[in-house]
Amino acid sequence: MPPPLQAHRLLISHRRLPTPARRRLTAVSSLQSAPATTLAPGPATSSILSIRESLLSGERTAANITSDYLSRLRRTEPSLRSFIHVADAAAEREAEELDRRIASGEKDAVGPLAGVLVGVKDNLCTKNMPSTGGSRILDGYRPAYDATAVRRLREAGAIVVGKTNLDEFGMGSTTEGSAFQVTTNPWDDSRVPGGSSGGSASAVSARQCVVSLGSDTGGSVRQPASFCGVVGLKPTYGRVSRFGLMAYASSLDVVGCFGSSVFDTATILSVVAGHDKMDSTSSSQDVPDYTSELVSLDLLESKPLNGLRIGIIQETLGEGVDTGVVSSIKGAASYLEQLGSVVDEVSLPSFSLGLPAYYILASSEASSNLSRYDGIRYGRQVSANDLNEIYGESRANGLGHEVKMRILMGTYALSAGYYDAYYKRAQQVRTLVKESFKDALEKYDILISPAAPSAAYKIGEKINDPLAMYAGDIMTVNVNLAGLPALVVPCGFVEGGPVGLPVGLQMIGSPFSEGSLLRVGHIFEQTLQNFSFVPPLLAER
Amino acid sequence: MALTLLRGMRTPVSLRSNTGLFFNVLRPRLSHFTTRAESAQATEPKAVPKSIQLATKEAAEQNTQGFEAIIGIETHVQLSTVTKAFCSCPYDYGSQPNSTVCPTCMGHPGTLPVLNERVVECAVKLGLALNCEISMTSKFDRKQYFYPDLPKGYQISQFDIPIAKKGYVDLDLPVEFGGGHRKFGITRVHMEEDAGKLLHSESGSYSQVDLNRAGVPLLEIVSEPDMRTGIEAAEYGAELQRIVRYLGVSNGNMQEGSLRCDVNVSVRPVGQSEFGTKVEIKNMNSFSEINRAIDYEISRQIMLHKEGQADQIVQETRLWDESSQKTFTMRKKEGLVNYRYFPEPDLPEVVLTTDYIDEISKSMPELPEAKRRRYENMGLSMQDVLFLANDDNVAHFFDSTLEYGADAKLACNWIMSDIAAYLKNEKLSIHETKLTPLELSELIASIKNGTISGKIGKEILFELIAKGGTVKGVIEEKDLVQIADPAAIEAMVDKVIADNPKQLEEYRAGKTKLQGFFAGQVMKASKGKANPVLLNKILGEKLNAK
Repeated sequence: MPPPLQAHRLLISHRRLPTPARRRLTAVSSLQSAPATTLAPGPATSSILSIRESLLSGERTAANITSDYLSRLRRTEPSLRSFIHVADAAAEREAEELDRRIASGEKDAVGPLAGVLVGVKDNLCTKNMPSTGGSRILDGYRPAYDATAVRRLREAGAIVVGKTNLDEFGMGSTTEGSAFQVTTNPWDDSRVPGGSSGGSASAVSARQCVVSLGSDTGGSVRQPASFCGVVGLKPTYGRVSRFGLMAYASSLDVVGCFGSSVFDTATILSVVAGHDKMDSTSSSQDVPDYTSELVSLDLLESKPLNGLRIGIIQETLGEGVDTGVVSSIKGAASYLEQLGSVVDEVSLPSFSLGLPAYYILASSEASSNLSRYDGIRYGRQVSANDLNEIYGESRANGLGHEVKMRILMGTYALSAGYYDAYYKRAQQVRTLVKESFKDALEKYDILISPAAPSAAYKIGEKINDPLAMYAGDIMTVNVNLAGLPALVVPCGFVEGGPVGLPVGLQMIGSPFSEGSLLRVGHIFEQTLQNFSFVPPLLAER
Repeated sequence: MALTLLRGMRTPVSLRSNTGLFFNVLRPRLSHFTTRAESAQATEPKAVPKSIQLATKEAAEQNTQGFEAIIGIETHVQLSTVTKAFCSCPYDYGSQPNSTVCPTCMGHPGTLPVLNERVVECAVKLGLALNCEISMTSKFDRKQYFYPDLPKGYQISQFDIPIAKKGYVDLDLPVEFGGGHRKFGITRVHMEEDAGKLLHSESGSYSQVDLNRAGVPLLEIVSEPDMRTGIEAAEYGAELQRIVRYLGVSNGNMQEGSLRCDVNVSVRPVGQSEFGTKVEIKNMNSFSEINRAIDYEISRQIMLHKEGQADQIVQETRLWDESSQKTFTMRKKEGLVNYRYFPEPDLPEVVLTTDYIDEISKSMPELPEAKRRRYENMGLSMQDVLFLANDDNVAHFFDSTLEYGADAKLACNWIMSDIAAYLKNEKLSIHETKLTPLELSELIASIKNGTISGKIGKEILFELIAKGGTVKGVIEEKDLVQIADPAAIEAMVDKVIADNPKQLEEYRAGKTKLQGFFAGQVMKASKGKANPVLLNKILGEKLNAK
């Protein structure tokens, strides 16, 4: 058994990459750096493609595939608690229906996502399926409609296997803020999966489902992706319709995707992206097939990233960032150089201003967006003697601590007399942040940074220290303020847990550059040797 | 909150007993205003646009005794778009509670507003009609407060950048109130959405929410504080009603709440430059009520000033009570209301192009003020002008009649007298009758050229207006052509004289008044068709012939 992975080893492994003289890139297999307890070492493969191939060839049935996932889900769920609601019976039924259609030779029976089990973050509305947003106030609420992203997945043949856990209404970074349960990290069940899309990240990491949807307001897809060792994509603001996403901070919210490979993530994005007449802020920019530029490993040139200019954000590697994380990211950077790109350090002067601006803007919008949860039309209503009491009691009982705190902060920031000092000032900072990204992205094709200042931490560690938790969002919030796309791919491990804890590399691009982020991420993922991001949980039988 | 209470009060009684299946029941005690509202409702007069049926001229010219009133008005106009402002639900006044709702206008989680472009078009139309500057870029904001009829907990409105601002409206006061031209400033016009309604139970133990109206588009028009009397304010409201009806953007119906005026009134000694403390008055359901409510409020405030109790005038909202003809305190304002406005992040900015505005500008109909000036130039009296321009259907009918060559004064007389009386009796609008402008012009021409008499003309008019048809058709069908053949009339005269020897004898003995009797007999014999001038001429000759 090799020792737990050390960050410096990663660095070494990258440095030892074969010289560029060789035409084809070959794997560096001499280092035994992958955790031994995991399955199938080697580059991540596309689960969606293999499901599709087995369905088309008749090698496996959808019922068979579904039952595989469901049995794994049932086995792991007691310790993970990724799902608030599991729709296993419905999933089985849908799989059987798909098999019947395939058997009867129905044309188009095998849609692009046929038989693909997806987990949906519980702040995305699903028709006739509970959608709580992780909040007591929506306990038992079943929407009358599917969120656009969910509808598009279903139309492509995907099967919604359940609703994943989250920090209430997306407000939190650990998924401990759920009103219902605490989700654990598949790499170490004493640790958080990150948040707020912790359930979606954990579920994909543990292969409880093939892919999942999350939402990202300040890092809620990217940080849990990093913590759980999966691929997480935060698309450009407006790339995916927000219709059906319970609004937290409307000007920052985006629907994001998780996959166990870049290819799967790209496939999901291709399906859910695009203009929606139900969301006026959704972009009408054309949606390419994001998978079309993902070249398989054996066709890659030795320097596939030749000519790519990468900026590594100075401010993300300084004080307060875990040294293991810094080493992982620096290792990843030098690996990207070996792949042919040029990596320079770049400074974003307004970087540190983003965090406070984010918390003012997000809280302000939240204070408004959450006003609708008043117990009058749906959700919990507390019986009371007068109107103010109905409101007060319904909200006091229905909303959790963190949510109330943010509503209070936001209400304060928007109040007459404080608006200019807080909300307006934060908007000015937002403009600065946008401009500094724009400048940097004129010089560099992509910017890289950690997705979080540390790997997954212990459950309960920051629950009573909101400021420490907020500080953890430093790597991600600026990207939301600027509305940019960012992809997180697992890039290494740091010490911790039984076999080490995954670390994610964040790649940030210009608006609507998801295609090139996914291409770079795919090359990085496919050529990165000796790591397997399949958690140990799956080896325990 | 108070404003929304009022909205609940305007609910028709028929809806109150109608408990739909889909609304949540509230248990707050909200209903203590209901009684008053219902009484107001019971006595509200039928809308009669022109009509500011005011008491008397003297009432309007109350004794202000060294004080002057400052009046500003906020008007909400409900747009008659096919769908709501931000979703695709229809809106029909009076439909079953919660029958025209969807997840979006009910404020369900995850729903987003999508702007109905027709709302912008209506706003630009009204902005242009009110001579406003149109903002090429404006935006929506959220106005936040909690109330059960406000599903999202905020109203989508426009705060610091309204779509139109700095305009004015021209109007002419009714002749019976002394007449005179006025120009009142318009501060701004902005787009927003309406809230739902609360239906209070009879017992007052619970209330129900009807969200049919939630999300219906409104334009709010804020006037400058330029009005000084109740009649000026009422006429300002009536002019807005005319304009929105001319533009076709709203039915402007006050009873249905499609046009609602909230009035701010303050009083100050003449010569003082700063305003006095203003009081807001709500719950006026007609222009006449606006006039009376304001005049009452002005005298109340002047009275307090004169009694040295000016400090009793406080910032508050008062309700007009139609049954007692007084205003009552509804709620005192506790400091500045904090609506925590901020830009609506779910909607992009509203960006207009000059082409777009030009296009709308070209499609604008002739507006009341322009019509009035044009009619005035035709030589019509102000009374006629105001009558004709008051209702765009009437004005359109009048204009069309003139296009067929009718004389303006004659056409106006027909419309203002017999036609107006008929419309009033039958409770119809002019375009709902069978009479066409072409036939009215034919009728006028037929009288003018002597084909029929004026008296027959009236008969034909009532035939046409009720049953339709053409003037020629009715004349032929009923054989109404005037008898203008002197020989035919002479024959009838001869017969009448021969049949009444006794009266002839008396006439010739000096009782010349009897000519009327003979004329009547001849007219009767002709079934009213004899040309009266010719008849009298021939009759006179015959009677006086020895």
